[in-house]
Amino acid sequence: MPYSLSLAGKVCVVTGASRGIGRACAEALAMQGATVVLAGRDAANLEQAAAALNESQQRACALPVVCDVADATSVRDLFQRVFKDHKRLDTLVANAGVMDDALIGMVTPDLIQRVFATNTHGLLHCAQYASRLMARAGGGSIIALSSIVGLRGHAGQSVYAGSKAAVVGIVQSLAQELAPQRIRVNAVAPGFIDTELTAKLPAAKREQALAGIALGRAGTADDVAATVLYLATDLASYVTGQVIGVDGGMRI
Amino acid sequence: MDDTFDKISRAFIEVMKIAPDRITDALAYGECPEWDSLAHMALVAELENAFGVMLDTEDIIAMSSVAEIRRILAKQGVAA
Repeated sequence: MPYSLSLAGKVCVVTGASRGIGRACAEALAMQGATVVLAGRDAANLEQAAAALNESQQRACALPVVCDVADATSVRDLFQRVFKDHKRLDTLVANAGVMDDALIGMVTPDLIQRVFATNTHGLLHCAQYASRLMARAGGGSIIALSSIVGLRGHAGQSVYAGSKAAVVGIVQSLAQELAPQRIRVNAVAPGFIDTELTAKLPAAKREQALAGIALGRAGTADDVAATVLYLATDLASYVTGQVIGVDGGMRI
Repeated sequence: MDDTFDKISRAFIEVMKIAPDRITDALAYGECPEWDSLAHMALVAELENAFGVMLDTEDIIAMSSVAEIRRILAKQGVAA
């Protein structure tokens, strides 16, 4: 097979990288030889994640950069740093996200602004700069985190689901727009994944969610990272504009 | 003309295939049929590579003429 899993010599940016799915993605990319820029809002958590990754890989492969993807200036500074340090970018994992639920009638303007600013606007801010760096390097892969609820909806999550549905539209548009520059753009749509976000759910809701999963268990951050890794590598060199569910056959 | 202008000219010629004598400070987006939005993004990539810089989104949008390109590149520390 003429394809390789190796990411040696590649530079990747992972947003929301200090914990959960983002951290697992950073680890998966680094394990294949990539240099990974870990972006996130919490400097201490980022430093800790980067130090742990450097130690586990026995090389200086992780660089922490504080960035709030909801802030266009902060995103510009992140990619200016990538340009200055590495002069190239091969993969963006646009993972940073917030989940805040509210039944309709109790959705505040602030909640809408906050959720869309990170989950949707953040992807656009990052893709603007990432695509230009990738084009200069002859191509790349943008991987955005959507969600099963962005595809199928869920009561109480109209704002979050809307922000993640928008991710799909952005990804499918960018896949068309950036294909001439050999930049692939795909989304991953996780189902119920054991992370700090889902740990806050009441026990009854958690049981209800687990009951609807065909594979009979919650997903892990590593399950999602494996699909992200596939999309980052040459294995997915003919895959663009797709939304890949990582949900264990979940029904909602 | 200076080295900066030569590099800008080469970028225009590479991306838009236009005659060198058409490239002056007055050459403007919207008045040059070859300079459409797709060509603009290709031009930005060519200029970024030529000058080793990464431009801000606001600057990319503001690059509406050769004179403006020179002004924006000067802001990046490239000689105007």
